[in-house]
Amino acid sequence: MAQGTNYNLDQKFDFTAGLKKTVITVGVAGAVLLVLGILLGMFGGHGHEGDADHHAFHWSQRLFANLWINNVYFTGIAIIGVFFFAIQYAAQAGWSAPLVRLMISFGHWLPIAAVLMLGTFFIANHDLFHWTHSYVYDKGTETYDRIIDGKGAFFYWPLEKGTFPVFFIVRMILFFGFWVFFFNKLKNLSQQEDLHGGNSYWYAMRKWSAIFLVFFAVSSSMSAWDWVMSIDTHWFSTLFGWYVFASWFVAGLSAITLFILFLKDRGYLEMVNQNHIHDMGKYVFAFSIFWTYIWFSQFLLIYYANIPEESVYFIERLSSDVYGSFIYVNIGLNFVLPFFVLMTRDSKRHGVFLKLVCTLILFGHWIDFFLMIQPGTLGHNGGIGLMEIGLLLVYASAFVLVVLTNLSKGNLIAKNHPMLEESLHHHI
Amino acid sequence: MQVSSSIREPLVTGGKTYKDVTNDVSRQVEGKPTLSWLLALGGSLVVLLLGSLALVATLWEGIGMWGLNKTVGWAWDITNFVWWVGIGHAGTLISAVLLLFRQKWRTSINRAAEAMTIFAVICAALFPLIHMGRPWIGAIWALPLPNTYGSLWVNFNSPLLWDVFAISTYFAVSLVFWYIGLIPDFATIRDRATGMRRTIYGALSFGWDGAAKTWMRYESVSLILAGLATPLVLSVHTIVSFDFATSVIPGWHTTIFPPYFVAGAIFSGFAMVLTLMIITRKVFKLQDYITIGHIELMNIVIIITGSIVGIAYITEFFIAWYSGVAAEQYAFVNRMFGPYWWAYWSMMTCNVISPQLFWFKKIRTSIVATFILSIVVNIGMWFERFVIIVTSLHRDFLPSSWVMFYPTITDVGVYLFTFGFFGTCFLLFAKFFPVINMAEVKAVLKSSSEKVVK
Repeated sequence: MAQGTNYNLDQKFDFTAGLKKTVITVGVAGAVLLVLGILLGMFGGHGHEGDADHHAFHWSQRLFANLWINNVYFTGIAIIGVFFFAIQYAAQAGWSAPLVRLMISFGHWLPIAAVLMLGTFFIANHDLFHWTHSYVYDKGTETYDRIIDGKGAFFYWPLEKGTFPVFFIVRMILFFGFWVFFFNKLKNLSQQEDLHGGNSYWYAMRKWSAIFLVFFAVSSSMSAWDWVMSIDTHWFSTLFGWYVFASWFVAGLSAITLFILFLKDRGYLEMVNQNHIHDMGKYVFAFSIFWTYIWFSQFLLIYYANIPEESVYFIERLSSDVYGSFIYVNIGLNFVLPFFVLMTRDSKRHGVFLKLVCTLILFGHWIDFFLMIQPGTLGHNGGIGLMEIGLLLVYASAFVLVVLTNLSKGNLIAKNHPMLEESLHHHI
Repeated sequence: MQVSSSIREPLVTGGKTYKDVTNDVSRQVEGKPTLSWLLALGGSLVVLLLGSLALVATLWEGIGMWGLNKTVGWAWDITNFVWWVGIGHAGTLISAVLLLFRQKWRTSINRAAEAMTIFAVICAALFPLIHMGRPWIGAIWALPLPNTYGSLWVNFNSPLLWDVFAISTYFAVSLVFWYIGLIPDFATIRDRATGMRRTIYGALSFGWDGAAKTWMRYESVSLILAGLATPLVLSVHTIVSFDFATSVIPGWHTTIFPPYFVAGAIFSGFAMVLTLMIITRKVFKLQDYITIGHIELMNIVIIITGSIVGIAYITEFFIAWYSGVAAEQYAFVNRMFGPYWWAYWSMMTCNVISPQLFWFKKIRTSIVATFILSIVVNIGMWFERFVIIVTSLHRDFLPSSWVMFYPTITDVGVYLFTFGFFGTCFLLFAKFFPVINMAEVKAVLKSSSEKVVK
């Protein structure tokens, strides 16, 4: 393969001690900020602990909400790595051949994400999900909630509502279980292709990719209902599953682009040139617009019909002192910025623009999830402070550590990929 | 340098040369009309004339000729409108979106698909036009034109007005895109022709000279138009979906409508492309250009979009239950088990179950099965719009207003008219215009691997 060139296709990523230290330092800095944030939460004056509040706000609730934001967000980036890998095979894409190893490596975060997600749920369920309180199902009492009772079976079936949410937990385990299974299957096939060569592995991966995509189509929407939409338990929107997917997808694409640029800067992925980077830039540009389309469709239809049980979701956010301004930050970072900066050809071909835009987009989509999760869990007690920034840095550094560690274990390039030659001559 | 992987199936089979491409495609433009073409044109014209009776009756007597009533104020007309607009999505998707995604297989089918788009959009536009009752003063209602009719001014808050802008923009861009693609091919035909034909095709080709500079401009215009047309493909059906989703009718007001309508449009559009192309390739002997490989890829698009539509159906149904809104729950139960149950289950069978058959390679590479399923899909997509529109309306908020909708012969006739119109236009296109983009097929002729390794 790749005849006539002297690219080293057996190149491995060397995760040097110095680099590891940098990544860990970021994580430690994040942890320090987090601890500072917690201390502020413990001792900082909460002036408004009025008598109107039933239960006083505890700093741990904010920690739990943040854990949940990052669990959902980084799970999304990880599964998008696997999803984008599968798309390359299912769509028979040639240009991306030297990038598939990087994409699939994101999947290594999935088992960790599964543990974190389950763990957080068991510790913090009452602080995150209103539907976990058994009192909302007590008929005849003051706390009884007819609407939540109506949908309770979605969480508790086949057990009695208000006991143990079997259905919810089983779904979570099934989604992660199958995602990890498909990730391993695809990763192993790709590694075997390195050893044995031939086109048969490519065909096998195409088949498995198609099966994974079917499962992902269903599970991505359902996980969005489970993990995010059910926080605002009364509220509902049919588009929500695709909205979360769109947000995950843009964040994942930005992360892939940043990893490519990082590896290129360190002299890896020699055969990846401006043309491949241009294509990634186009994906980030196009799907930022797609995200905006989905966000706006959901917003406009709810705004226009103005049905109270739906519009409350946006009123709660837009009219809030805490969250109101972040709606505009969300649109600014995730639409206005990529739309204008990545419009020209040059900005998609030069790393400096992409590094800036992708970093800001990654933060922007974190804000998107922040806006989905905090208002329903913390109400007016939320916001972006030291705790938020700190925990985001901890998760980001852990994610990068896991991806880079696993990337250093194998070949960076799938050297027997049948499309490698095509990708080498990719020119746009 | 152009390199192709050893897994790339050839896009054009039969070892065709550049000259073969020109000859094979120009043949039916230059030859005498065949008997089968004349018969088909005659049939389309008969349908067109029969349908015209209904159209004239509607214009003469008014829309009271239709089966609409006080409760169901929208039925066949809007169903047909959305159905045709949906079909009109495949052409621009194939030529614009697939161009951006560098899908070379699009070159054999884009010309005919774009023509289909243009004719389908015209058919669609007919319905809102005649639904105005007095279309001769329709411009005053549909466009913000100053007038002396008193306080008559368009309602900018209405998605119906957005439709006017979205569809006319889409139509204009699609038409320009289609025509620009035709220019080099008209020039090819001009260069082979003599006499009167040479003058006509010469005028149509805008003096194309085939210079390198001209080709460069052609390529950049194509790319710019593709960039413009891509958001338009999404916007048109998005706004069509807003016609329903902005309202507060149970079954209509749901946020998934915009992307789900777009997926459904592509789904039905590809089905119509298949129906037309399977006939065209056979009649014009173009099997080496529109290969089984092309048909298989289009069938895969049908599986994907059909599955997206299926997921949307299930999502709507689930959220109706999950929302706890009684009216919403009733709307869906009524669709399934109410008086229009047969329409709902026809839609489910045709749109969700039947395309899943394409998972079997045997079925998706079979011409006969594909042809049948492509028609089944379009029947299903017609029922989908009927189900959304009529079953949501016929149970009014006041039970005393609950009614059924029965189409009249005029409803059927106007629908028939659009079939006649569409068939006539497509047949004229197929005879006098090159049905395959010769220039672009030549560009991909050598872009598959010589030997495919499985």
